[in-house]
Amino acid sequence: MIIDTTEVQTINSFSTSGFFKEVYGLIWIIPILTLILEITIGVLVIVWLEREISAAIQQRIGPEYAGPLGILQAIADGTKLLLKEDLLPSRGDIRLFSVGPSIAVISVLLSYLVIPFGYRLVLADLGIGVFLWIAISSIAPIGLLMSGYGSNNKYSFSGGLRAAAQSISYEIPLTLCSSTVDIVEAQSKYGFWGWNLWRQPIGFLVFLISSLAECERLPFDLPEAEEELVAGYQTEYSGIKYALFYLASYLNLLVSSLFVTVLYLGGWNFSIPYIPIPELFRINQMAGIFGMTIDIFITLAKAYLFLFISITTRWTLPRMRIDQLLNLGWKFLLPISLGNLLLTTSSQLVSL
Amino acid sequence: MFLLHEYDIFWAFLIISSLVPILAFWISGVLAPVREGPEKLSSYESGIETMGDAWLQFRIRYYMFALVFVVFDVETVFLYPWAMSFDVLGVSVFIEAFIFVLILIGGSVYAWRKGALEWS
Repeated sequence: MIIDTTEVQTINSFSTSGFFKEVYGLIWIIPILTLILEITIGVLVIVWLEREISAAIQQRIGPEYAGPLGILQAIADGTKLLLKEDLLPSRGDIRLFSVGPSIAVISVLLSYLVIPFGYRLVLADLGIGVFLWIAISSIAPIGLLMSGYGSNNKYSFSGGLRAAAQSISYEIPLTLCSSTVDIVEAQSKYGFWGWNLWRQPIGFLVFLISSLAECERLPFDLPEAEEELVAGYQTEYSGIKYALFYLASYLNLLVSSLFVTVLYLGGWNFSIPYIPIPELFRINQMAGIFGMTIDIFITLAKAYLFLFISITTRWTLPRMRIDQLLNLGWKFLLPISLGNLLLTTSSQLVSL
Repeated sequence: MFLLHEYDIFWAFLIISSLVPILAFWISGVLAPVREGPEKLSSYESGIETMGDAWLQFRIRYYMFALVFVVFDVETVFLYPWAMSFDVLGVSVFIEAFIFVLILIGGSVYAWRKGALEWS
């Protein structure tokens, strides 16, 4: 992990004391475990937020029994699902049945490698960055197809095929729109008005719609539609495998929100005008642990804004039919994103 | 890939994140009850008896969508490096890339008009 000088000094001070010599070789595991802990807490928070926000939209009270204000609801759900019996379909393919949700979870977890939470606070500073997320998220439809086929149920099979078709249809606008942005450092040159949100409004909207469709959230909820396909490819799942699908869905939502933040909303920069706190700007440029904490906090705050928008959209818009969904992806978003790419490049050419 | 050291953390993260479902299955295997029964093993068909075989005939339209997806995905792979290093290349490269995108738009219009993108 690329780490700042203060952290290097801390680690060096650890290494000089002889007791920690043998631990020093394994120091690389700490950032990974920190990220996994952060992701886990993030998922718990999202589950709780979803319940509370949906309750507020529907004018009812959300969870209130599991812990104070229902904060431990996600843990209670997870524990319940862990203790449920794991049913395997009798003539289904057991190996595909088990591997399907695992692939869905692993491919989403791997995308967290390239998200920068602050200046050089990224787990893997690869040259390809966003492209790694696009490439790995293309593996998720394989997991959906495996789980649909291995369930020995025609509705699950049909649901799995539809979910895979939906996933792949929205990959292309996602990829094309993320290729036209320059990432946080270039955005920070102009402060608030340099955010890619203003420079690429069409791209932002297309990216938002495509990432909602990738996460299979409403209004693109058809794989989980209760009236049409029971629960789609998740019908025959019970217990912890169902929990893995649930987890993959929320992880995908969080990583999409983080990518929207980094690509379009200026990442860890806090430069909203008209807020008269100039001393905060000086703190922002301060190196050290406090600066890093502020950066992480800003990134997470922006990502949670997007989560709020996603959750509100889920409870506001009706579900789309499969042909409407695919038409939107192929016949509307794809030409728009290609046009956006050509427009961006030609306008940059003109200004050169 | 094994010689690129900047991907070391990718492999480590892959191994650790593949432990997540393995751990989940193991804990569930230890803690969850197992009470078999004939009803539990049958497929779910909204409460009625299952009719017919469990595997549908694969409809061709899924294949058409996947095929068009592959074409556009490869196009995107080629467009990505161009879009990234766009400002250091000249106008001639822009015209070449524009012709490339036009050819692919032509292919997209062909697929659209021929009905490859229809779900009916």
